[in-house]
This record gives sequence, C-alpha cells and structure tokens, in this order.
Amino acid sequence: MQTKFDCKEIDAILQSHGYESNQIIPILQDTQAKYRYLPKEIFPYLSANLGISTAKIYSIATFYENFSLEPKGKYVIKICDGTACHVRKSIPILEKLHKELKLSESKVTTDDLLFTVETVSCVGACGLAPVLTVNDKVYGAMTPEKVEELLAKLKEEN
Amino acid sequence: MNTEFMIVDNMPIEISGEKNVLDVIRKAGIDLPTFCYHSELSVYGACRMCVVEDKRGAIHAACSTPPKAGMELRTNTPRLRKYRKMILELFLANHCRDCTTCEKNGKCKLQELAQRFGIKQVRFNNTSTDSEMDSSSLCITRDKNKCILCGDCVRMCEEVQNVGAIDFAFRGSKMRVTTAFDEPIANTNCVGCGQCAAVCPTGAIVVKNDTVNLWKELSTEDTKVLVQIAPAVRVGIGQEFGLPEGKNAMGRIVAALRRIGFDEVFDTTVGADLTVLEETGEFMGRLQKGEKLPLFTSCCPAWVKYAEFNYPQLMENISTCRSPMQMFGSVLKEHYSHSHKKVVVVAVMPCTAKKAEASRDEFKENGIPYVDYVISTQELIQMIREAGIVFSEIEPEAVDMPFGTTSGAGVIFGVTGGVTEAVVRRISDDKSISALRAIAFTGIRGMDGVKEASLDFNGREVKIAIVSGLKNADNLIKQIQSGEKSYDFIEVMACPGGCICGAGQPVAHGDSKKSRSAGLYEADRMSNIKRSEENPVIMALYGGLLKGKTHKLLHVKYHRKG
Ligand code: SF4
Ligand code: SF4
Ligand code: FES
Repeated sequence: MQTKFDCKEIDAILQSHGYESNQIIPILQDTQAKYRYLPKEIFPYLSANLGISTAKIYSIATFYENFSLEPKGKYVIKICDGTACHVRKSIPILEKLHKELKLSESKVTTDDLLFTVETVSCVGACGLAPVLTVNDKVYGAMTPEKVEELLAKLKEEN
Repeated sequence: MNTEFMIVDNMPIEISGEKNVLDVIRKAGIDLPTFCYHSELSVYGACRMCVVEDKRGAIHAACSTPPKAGMELRTNTPRLRKYRKMILELFLANHCRDCTTCEKNGKCKLQELAQRFGIKQVRFNNTSTDSEMDSSSLCITRDKNKCILCGDCVRMCEEVQNVGAIDFAFRGSKMRVTTAFDEPIANTNCVGCGQCAAVCPTGAIVVKNDTVNLWKELSTEDTKVLVQIAPAVRVGIGQEFGLPEGKNAMGRIVAALRRIGFDEVFDTTVGADLTVLEETGEFMGRLQKGEKLPLFTSCCPAWVKYAEFNYPQLMENISTCRSPMQMFGSVLKEHYSHSHKKVVVVAVMPCTAKKAEASRDEFKENGIPYVDYVISTQELIQMIREAGIVFSEIEPEAVDMPFGTTSGAGVIFGVTGGVTEAVVRRISDDKSISALRAIAFTGIRGMDGVKEASLDFNGREVKIAIVSGLKNADNLIKQIQSGEKSYDFIEVMACPGGCICGAGQPVAHGDSKKSRSAGLYEADRMSNIKRSEENPVIMALYGGLLKGKTHKLLHVKYHRKG
C-alpha cells in the first residue's frame, strides 16, 4: 500500500479549481479519480490550501456515498442488485466474485489492490440484467461462469 | 416610523429589529424551548422545539421565521405540545439516560425540557450503538452517546472560534458529530477553549472534571495545598448560589476554600499585576527598538495554541510573558521551595484551556508542573456543594499573606480590554484620577468582539486593538497581513467577552456578560491600588524573590510548532 503521499501531486487539481473552497466537491472528485479513493494524508493539505477544516472535509467526504476513504482496487467491479438484476440472479454472481477474490461484505478490496467488489442499486441497464460494471465498462447478461472468465482476462491484462 | 406589532398568544408585542420571531416571543416573557438556537451563532433550525402555530394552523420554526407586522402566532396549542413531546421522546429514544451519573446532571437542557413537558415514558426502542468516550483532551470530555445533533458545538467551533475541530460526519441515522477520521480530539487542531461545552445542551461535551484527584490531595498528610483564584471566578460563581449575577464573591470563595481544606488561599490578580509590569516592559522595549510589533498578549492559552497551529511565524510577536496563572504558580513554588511538606499549587480558573496549559512541558521544572491542578469555577461550585458549605451564608474572609494585596488593574484582566487598560495605566505618564477615568473611555471597555484605541506615548501614536473570539483574532491578523490595518499592541482572548465568559464558568445567559464585567469594574473602583506598579506585594517581589529570576519565573519560550 502507498504510505507516503506527495501532496504536490494534487496541486494541479487545486489549481484547476482556482484554490476555491467552494469547489471542494469537484476537488474531491478529481482527487478520487486520481487515487481511486480519498487518502487520509491529503486532508491536511487540502485544509491548508483551501482554508476549510479537515473535519469539514471529512464531513463532506462521508456524506456522499460516492466518496471512498478506503483504497480501492485498480478494477472496481460493481454488481447491480437493483430489482431486475436481483430477480435475474445477481447474488450468485456476487457470491462467485467474493469466493474467487476472497472478499466479503466487509472486506471489499483485495490485498494486492487489484479488485474492489461493491453492489449498487440499478445502473439503468435493466435490459441487460444481470449487469456488472468494471470501472466504466458495462458487462451484461452475466453468469458466475462468465465472471470467472472475466477475472482471468483482467488478471492477464495486468 | 410607526411601531410595528405582532400578536403572540393574543398579546400585541412590539417588533424592534429582532431577526426572528423567537426573540420577539421571548421578549414577551414566553420561554419558548430550544436546543439549536444561540443568538451568537447562525440559525440552524434543526431541533424543531421552537415550533409555533399561525392563524391558519401552519407550523413554523420560530428561530428561522422573520417577524412581520400583524403576524399572529400561538406558542402553546395542543398540537404544538404534542409535537414537542414527540420530538423530545425521539431525542430521548437514542440518548443515554443515565442522568444520575452524568456530569451535566441538573444542568442538561434535555433533562430540563423532558421534565418541563412531562415526558414519563419513551415509546421507541433505542437503536443507537454505544460509542466510546473521548477523554483524550485535558480540557473537554466527549460522549457521543449523549449527542442530540443540534450542531451548536460545530457552529461555535467554526463560526466563533474559526477552529472547526469537529463537524457532522456521515448521513441519516449514522450521522454524528466528530473529528476528521474520528481522531481523538487531542490529536486535532482543537485549542481547548471549551466553548463547545459551554453551548452543548446535553452532556455530550463537558468540561473535564479534575476534582477527584484534587480531593485526594487535600486529604493527604504532609502536603501543603495552595490555591489561587482568577479574577473572573469571583463574579461568575454567585449566580449559582442565589447571589445577584456578577456580584463579587471573592471573600466567600476564600472562606469556602479554607473550609474545604486548602492551606493557603491567594488571588491570581497578583500574577496579573506581575504580567502588567513584565508585559509593559517588553512592549516599551519593542517600541523603542521598533521590532517584533505588533505585540500580542499571551495570557490566553487557547489563543497561544491557535497561533501555534495557524500562525507559527507570529510566535515571536507573542509576548514572552507567562499567563498570570503561570507567573503566580512559579512564584508560589519558588516561595515555598524550602517547605518540608510537598507543595501543591491549585488554580481556580474560568478557563478550560488553562488545564492544558498547566501540563505543557514549558511550565514544568524537573517534570513537576508549576501549577499542579486547574479546576474550573464549575468544579469549585461542585466542591463547595459536596463539602456541604452554604455559600450564601458563609462569612467573607481575606486572602493570605504575603500575597495579600492586589491592584484594580490586575482584577480587570478577567474582562476583554482589561489587560490593555492595565498596561495603558502603567505606561501613561498622567497618574491623576481624571486621566484614569479618561483611559476607561478610550474605547477599550465594552463587550464588542473587536475594539480599537490609540494613545500618545512620548509623541508617538500607539495603536491598540482588542479582540475576543478567535475568529475575530483571525480576521484581524489577515487584515494586518494584507496591510489594511496596523497596530502596535493587540490583546487577544479566545472566549467572546474575555475570561468572564470562559467555558469553565457557569453558563452565561442574557445579561450575565454585562453584570460580570460590571462586577469586575466595581472591584477595580473599590480597590485603593489602581496600578500594578503601586502594589506593595509586587514591589517586594521584585526586591526579593524575583531578583535575577524574572526571566526564569515569569517568561516562557514556546517550543511547539504547529
Ligand atoms: S474546545 Fe474550542 S477548539 Fe476545541 S472543539 Fe471545542 S470549541 Fe472547538
Ligand atoms: S455534542 Fe452537544 S452541542 Fe454538539 S451536536 Fe451534540 S448535543 Fe449538540
Ligand atoms: S431552536 Fe428553532 S429549530 Fe432548534
């Protein structure tokens, strides 16, 4: 896991938002896009540069489900568990993923930081149910077998 | 202009510039219940206790409704009573209900309102999960199980103190007030001012209680327990014992402390007098050399900590004087250094930040602090009650020698502007009574958060600013940095109004600020020594104990950086 952060890395992000404290949400979004989560280490740096307290930034970061304070894997797999996907058996897919990657409800990211598995409620592609997404790519009509293939492919890619 | 009226419970009430109907209603003598409204903070409108009903039966939160002429409101209808009870029940559902062992027992707003509205049972299950207490701070103790999410502390810490150590985190039923990443508060930028505890309606944030160990110390043989009482304490304590608000109860405090078992009782005003002389000397020196100006005062440890965190480059502008408590603590330890008994110095303070100050490494010699215990006015009240002393009937007594005399200049340290006034008295050449009176009217008195004054010193204009509340201090510093303002001397107190409104005092309401400051100015008027340098105790100290030791005993260099 990364332990040291070069906060200078986010200077560009701060700059692009003019160091404006009211831009905190887009700043956090860009930061998350960069690291795939919001590293604790950058909070004091953001606070010092934007003039908002770390507690306030934490408040914003914990309010929105979309922000993550935990490191995420290179591939974030989101299994849709909306109604349509659920009735078309999304849970066995989730279980398969958990089993293959040795993850659970509480442990969502692999130790090698390659995979994160989460459930979401409806990605809006019910016609393709059951659906999962890997980062921004959508995979429809999934089955536990296809999951195995997908994981193998992703591991190979790496 | 025509006077505007609104109708509250069938009574016409004049509207005179109030920002919300809550203030109008309270003016009418109706004690509308609230949790999340404090006139000095922004309006949050979350607790809904302040609901009122209009003519058409619509319900409004009084704190967030501006008054309009002709408005007709009711404050006590069956529907409103039902609402309030329901809200209270919901609050209580997830609240720890161990009232008897709570630090806030008897002073809790939730307890008070539950009683007032006759809540006899709570119909909902408690779904909260127990979270641990945060006892990391030397100043405040946090118990999230007692939090009702009114946000008063959050707004105080951010809006008034510009610290923002705590905030809401998470959402919905998981929402809580906490620090970033749930860190213990001691590891944050909290400066220990305690103002969050002063506004918290429940026991979720309270001032740390240090009386248990102190009681032990008091009953230890072979220990000499000395105590010093800060100026602000004497005008804050009385209201709790049925004396008029702001009444100077110094004599009674002294008597009570002796009965409790303290061996010698002294007045921190001696420390304040020392501060005046040392700080004035320092100021004159800097003025002459024209360096390290403006000089910031250093009496307030919360301010010192704030500067360490936020303006490390300003640390050399902060006076090297120890706070009056620390000056006097070191003097006492020195004076009794040959005692065959163990000497323990206790300070009774209006302040929570002084608890942390006393344990700073800079204020220890060979690991032993100059001031061993700091208790707040509230803790003293508790000790007096515990000892069974009937405060209102006790005969006043005088403090002990050899530190028995104090000056009026020292006693006004407890109110914003007091330190400045004491210093000005010292530096002005004209020692006449009329000059003394004139100083009081230069703009340095009063409860405003930012005050300015200027005076002539040897043909040079000396510019002074006085701020209380750290947000005010921060704004001022920014103005100085931008070149918009410039000063030579700046007094900073973290608590709005100064020490009389310290978080260790009984909660100030309504006019308490005014009456407490009036109490201190009266003590000054009644004092036959007006200037610190005229105090014979101080002169004796400089001629004796302090010879060659002023630096060691009265000054400090802070080590911590941010
Ligand atoms: S003690 Fe003062 S600085 Fe610390 S959390 Fe409370 S209000 Fe904020
Ligand atoms: S800690 Fe106290 S003041 Fe702060 S939100 Fe909770 S109940 Fe309100
Ligand atoms: S006091 Fe009005 S909503 Fe809390």
